Amino acid sequence: MNTTIMLFLLQDGITNGAIYALLGLALVLVFAVTRVILIPQGEFVTYGALTYASLAAGQMPGTAKLALALGIGAFAFDLFVARKAMHTRLIVRSFLTNIVLPAIVLALTIYFAAQKPPVAICIALSLVIVAMIGLYLYRIAFQPLAHTSVLVLLIASVGVHLALQGLGLLFFGAEGQRGPAVLSTAFTAGSLRFTGQSITVYAITIAFIVGLWLFFGLTLYGKALRATAVNRLGARLAGIRTTLSGQIAFLLASVIGALSGIMIVPITTLYYDSGFLIGLKGFVAAIIGGLVSYPLTAVAALVVGIVEAFSSFYASNYKEVIVFMLLIPVLLLRSLAAPAVEEEKD
Amino acid sequence: MSALLSVTDAHVAYGKVEAVRSVSLEIGQNEIVTIVGANGAGKTTLLSAIMGILPLKGRVAFAGQDLARLDIEDRVAMGLGLVPEHRELFVTMNVEDNLELGAFRIERSKAKASMERVYTLFPRLKERRKQLAGTLSGGEQQMLAMGRALMGEPKLLMLDEPSLGLAPIIVADIFRIITELRASGVSVLLVEQNAQAALKIADQAYVMELGEFVLSGKASDIAANERVAASYLGFQHEGTGVL
Repeated sequence: MNTTIMLFLLQDGITNGAIYALLGLALVLVFAVTRVILIPQGEFVTYGALTYASLAAGQMPGTAKLALALGIGAFAFDLFVARKAMHTRLIVRSFLTNIVLPAIVLALTIYFAAQKPPVAICIALSLVIVAMIGLYLYRIAFQPLAHTSVLVLLIASVGVHLALQGLGLLFFGAEGQRGPAVLSTAFTAGSLRFTGQSITVYAITIAFIVGLWLFFGLTLYGKALRATAVNRLGARLAGIRTTLSGQIAFLLASVIGALSGIMIVPITTLYYDSGFLIGLKGFVAAIIGGLVSYPLTAVAALVVGIVEAFSSFYASNYKEVIVFMLLIPVLLLRSLAAPAVEEEKD
Repeated sequence: MSALLSVTDAHVAYGKVEAVRSVSLEIGQNEIVTIVGANGAGKTTLLSAIMGILPLKGRVAFAGQDLARLDIEDRVAMGLGLVPEHRELFVTMNVEDNLELGAFRIERSKAKASMERVYTLFPRLKERRKQLAGTLSGGEQQMLAMGRALMGEPKLLMLDEPSLGLAPIIVADIFRIITELRASGVSVLLVEQNAQAALKIADQAYVMELGEFVLSGKASDIAANERVAASYLGFQHEGTGVL
């Protein structure tokens, strides 16, 4: 192997690793705040990517309708919970976020899909649609189970993943799609060629990590989210609603997922079920970070990306196997280093 | 004037075991009320149920409003605060962040003033404001837990064993602060194993045994009661042999 190939693989690995890092961070965040292991993270990736690609190709994405349908479901849940003590203000707010918002977005999507909108509008619409889906899914599938065990939440999570994957097939078909690049410029530095797309990936990843860091370090809501992750009872006693923290966590996770998808789909053809594998690699990074450490997760994600790039060069048939095998020594080490912990009850 | 908190015929159960049976209690404005009793009498259970952490059968009203359908967070917003026995601090966050989050339901403009008040009550917290909560000493953690609860501007603060495991000098400090709270218009429901100290500062007192109140009245009367003295204050009354 010469240096050029090595640099090339390294560059490829870092680009993918950056995406895994974002997904891994979202998984850690959601788990810390809600104790949900977010298997459907991969579907947020595909939904974001394919919604974007469909819109760019002038097709109407089914996800916009799904968002409205889920919004109606979420509103029904809110109504059911509030049936005995009707607070007009709460119900109006629920109606606005769960019905009016997705209806407006659906109308905009129908309007723009017919006329091949510019890239910026495609991105904005895709992000909003997937963000709403994430928010409503939390309300419907996870909020009612918030007090149950990690295992029950995991089962719900698998169920949501399967449902979303099936719906993905319905919305986007079995054919793969590609989207237009966000930035089509490119330049070369030495023997390496940097495309506008890979620069975008780095820039957005770094911006998001810095943004998250500022959000968690400086804002009251960011701190409230951390507090919920550290001590749920303590947070509730301070008046922080765990449902609010859960909503923010799911919103962030779905936006991160969709954004990752939009960044990947100009580079790789994505199918309705591609997200699962991509999400799993973020998950590998999150596990290496022990589902608690953000910096460790980000570093592990880069390692996962680089290992993947090199193994696809040396043994492309085994590339997934090699990546997932990374988990075994990590889990072994962790099981030796840490004593068995019983699940915390609250 | 009606009571700030009134609990009527409360029952709290863990599965089939009733830990609190038919308990009624009233706390007025600017009052310190204490519940004394042995370990396992159901004191912590009762506080948790009043806060909404455990389900309670019976009626709990705060500031005239029935709490039955309200979550913990709503009760906090109404002005009910609990400092639990295990403090439940955000250990990986610093003192100032812990306090700031205590004022999560309060307007931002008021939170600043609240923090100054807490720092005046607990100057030690101000010195340590950039330190992580988990690295504080036990006494400082208790102060932080009380400070965090006070940031939410409670009308009634419920304290569960605030003196547990602390050095006597810090205990004295904490009891002094509790009386200062009453002076500033905060009512206090104090659960203590250190009955002597609690009865000294309290206005009203209840004695709890095996999930029931067996005695109630003015704290000074309860402190003078022979049975209470024998069981909880460590005094031997006349006629019993002393080694």
